[in-house]
Amino acid sequence: MDSSESIRTSGLSRTFATPRGPVEAVRGVDLTVRRGEILGLLGPNGAGKTTTLRMLTTLLAPTGGTATVAGHDLARDPAGVRRRIGYVAQSGGVDPAVSVREELVTQGRLYGLRGPRAEERAEELARELGLTELMERPCGALSGGQRRRLDIAMALTHRPEVLFLDEPTTGLDPGSRADLWDLVRRVRAEWGTTVVLTTHYLDEADALADRLVVVDRGTVVAEGTPTELKTRHAGSPDATLQDAFLAVTGRGPAPRDTTPVAV
Amino acid sequence: MRTLLSDTALVFGRYARQTLRSKAAMTFGALMPALYLVLYGPLLTDVPLGGAGSSWQVLVPGLLLQLALFGASFAGMGLIIEKQHGIVDRMRVTPVSRLALLLGRVLRDAALLTLQAGVIVLVAVAMGLRAPLPGILLGFAFTAALALSLAALSYALAMKAAAPMAFAPVVNGFTMPAMLLSGLLLPMSLAPGWLDVLSHVMPLRYLVDAVRAAFVGHYSDPALIRGALTALALMAVSVTAGTRYFRRAGA
Repeated sequence: MDSSESIRTSGLSRTFATPRGPVEAVRGVDLTVRRGEILGLLGPNGAGKTTTLRMLTTLLAPTGGTATVAGHDLARDPAGVRRRIGYVAQSGGVDPAVSVREELVTQGRLYGLRGPRAEERAEELARELGLTELMERPCGALSGGQRRRLDIAMALTHRPEVLFLDEPTTGLDPGSRADLWDLVRRVRAEWGTTVVLTTHYLDEADALADRLVVVDRGTVVAEGTPTELKTRHAGSPDATLQDAFLAVTGRGPAPRDTTPVAV
Repeated sequence: MRTLLSDTALVFGRYARQTLRSKAAMTFGALMPALYLVLYGPLLTDVPLGGAGSSWQVLVPGLLLQLALFGASFAGMGLIIEKQHGIVDRMRVTPVSRLALLLGRVLRDAALLTLQAGVIVLVAVAMGLRAPLPGILLGFAFTAALALSLAALSYALAMKAAAPMAFAPVVNGFTMPAMLLSGLLLPMSLAPGWLDVLSHVMPLRYLVDAVRAAFVGHYSDPALIRGALTALALMAVSVTAGTRYFRRAGA
């Protein structure tokens, strides 16, 4: 893996054993993410997006394949990966009964900062993400948009090289979504952070991601810039990403005049 | 090693504060054994229970371990709620020690239950319990050991279970037979032969016998050694199992 790459996976797979037999949630994902890139992972429900993210963040051991994340091998050095990545799950990850300040300080200490340093870092993060006024509130009293800003602040505690966001704007109002897009762009611009995010919103993928990877039934079925995908799969750069997405995944009415879906 | 200690202290602090915020968590767990003490204890004062000492020296050791049994076995319920909030994954994605994620939680449970055990003993003394202090302290040690072991197993089960509906029936299916087969309420020396034999497959029985021996001051009783060895084995197995699940959780 050369130094311009942040993530490279090869044949990454995960099979779950269930009472009804093995389920191949992810089967052989090959993925390359450049340093400082914002990559959007798209795919229908159950396509394997979240499972892929959980493997790349060391939460779930792959059953096949290899991956290097932020310069560290996922299987051999998960601790090295953990020190260099941040992750925001769909459900966030804060206790509604705990104050914003306490969660930010605890997070700093989980990343190995000593007490006073963890408190300083909590103040810094609060300033950078506009949480200063909310520090003494319980997390459960925040609005959806404020909650997401806190979740991202928690994930940025240790200035990670790679930030993983699982459906970061699901459930947010349009204003909060736009704010969150700005925040993600700012994080990349200021710190050169690589961002991998999953989303169901095609306008979000179009507006935010440099490059898209479409996952379906556990494998990568298309990838490219939004314009490339529209041209290749929906016939024109002026087509909507929706048309391209439906053509790739075969869900919904097939477009009239496109190249075959094989990638 | 230093990381393990500071990580454990960090996780312990977080959950100790969680307990301190909840008056219900502080008091409710001790309510059931306290009720047994006040409403059931007086029934036994004139009943011949076999063995040495007063009926209180037989009953109170059982109540301490009953407190640990029911209190710690349901500890995982809180973890299931935390899983639903994404808190467990958020912590597992940081470099914090996996063992500390478990130890910090189980030490909180052991500390809370031992504190409640202290309250039970104070009430019991007011009711008429007379027992040597070293024996009572040994009783607390066994309470803490059992609480730590069962909490670790409960967290392991909670890491596996997808929902409270999958968790609670398993715990209920374990705690009731554990209580009845260990002689918590009445000593197994009163049991018919077959039940006495059956009760020996329940590890908790050795702990109950040990605390009863301690409460009457029989410190060289083989029951005390057997109980101590059982408790150590139980802790080793359950902490190992619990950490395994924090290391590599399922879906």
